[in-house]
Amino acid sequence: MKLKGIFSDLTKGFLLENPVLVLALGLCPTLAVTSSAINGLGMGVAATFVLVMSNSIISLIKPLVPARIRIPIFILVIATFVTIVKLVMAAYTPALSKSLGIFIPLIVVNCIILGRAEAFASKHGILRSAADGIGMGLGFTATLVLLGAFREILGNGTIFGANIMGASFQPALMMILPPGAFISLALMVAGSRWILEKTSKGGGSR
Amino acid sequence: MTNILIIAIGAILINNFILSRFLGLCPFIGVSKKTETAVGMGMAVVFVMTLASAATWLIWTYFLSPGPGNLFWIVAHACGSNIPAESFDLRYLETIAFILVIASLVQFVEIVLKKISPSLYDALGIFLPLITTNCAILGVAELNTMSLEYNFLESVVFGISAGVGFTLALIMMSGIRERLELAPIPRLMKGLPIAFIVSGLMSMAFLGFSGLKF
Repeated sequence: MKLKGIFSDLTKGFLLENPVLVLALGLCPTLAVTSSAINGLGMGVAATFVLVMSNSIISLIKPLVPARIRIPIFILVIATFVTIVKLVMAAYTPALSKSLGIFIPLIVVNCIILGRAEAFASKHGILRSAADGIGMGLGFTATLVLLGAFREILGNGTIFGANIMGASFQPALMMILPPGAFISLALMVAGSRWILEKTSKGGGSR
Repeated sequence: MTNILIIAIGAILINNFILSRFLGLCPFIGVSKKTETAVGMGMAVVFVMTLASAATWLIWTYFLSPGPGNLFWIVAHACGSNIPAESFDLRYLETIAFILVIASLVQFVEIVLKKISPSLYDALGIFLPLITTNCAILGVAELNTMSLEYNFLESVVFGISAGVGFTLALIMMSGIRERLELAPIPRLMKGLPIAFIVSGLMSMAFLGFSGLKF
């Protein structure tokens, strides 16, 4: 029973409770950094690390936290891990750190992380909270990489920097500009709804 | 003077916070269903953003940056320490410092408004707590100090104009969404997807402003 709970915590983030596509959280980094697949991956991994660490720490300290000031305490825990990520990325992946820019420090105010801390980690034990962090983080990363790959292929003819569309392909520059981000995400949300509808029994409108 | 004007037009139209920088999308999607609430949210954001850019600029310059302006160094110096001013470099704490400053600022604004102007508090009240986690506010602070390196006046102007740009996009969006309620939309596209399509088209229109020349 417990194992099953952990397994569903790990997998629910991909589709059923996908933070971006279903819950509409963390939209700013999703749209801003996905002009290429590698940026999406970098952002996803950074956010996943913060999510797992903050979920674990918060579920450990929750008996000590007075209910009235829990939000500032959660934000402080999150901000600490974001600072760690920011310094590590600036040191080891300077190019990625430069292209993600202010969106690395802005992981602090990513609603997914505070949302999971408040809705999940402050109510469950460390094991399930960490699993929830991994699951949500992987769902977020998968969405970002998919969106980044889609925009990179159409807007630049490449994926992870490798040219795949051949020399005669005319890239649609619009896809890597801001409007392309909005429109691709709209298509992805509609697509994920379609899949959810197909897979849930009986279909019917949600 | 022209410098200030360029910053203002740049932040409102050319690099609109929502449509081109992708900051503050959660409230943009969340509270844009009615024009009334959009106006309230917009006002609250302009207000807090202006105060936040001023406060974070001061914190950045006088507490976090190294150099003879650092207040910690001044105190240490006055107490007779001879540590060089350059070693008082706390810039790596900027994310933690800024989020704390913004959160307490929002709390403070809420308490003050409740006391001195209950009518304004009623209009902005419910939006204020939401603003702490609005990434546009932290974004403006980070942009002012880290990337753009503005001075105090420029930072404040940038804060106001970013807020105005946010409000402009929010109110336009709410006008469109009110009419979308009545439009026949494919079932799968209702709600979130159609809102993104609309923002995509608005963002395309705003790309036209990048041709503005001074």
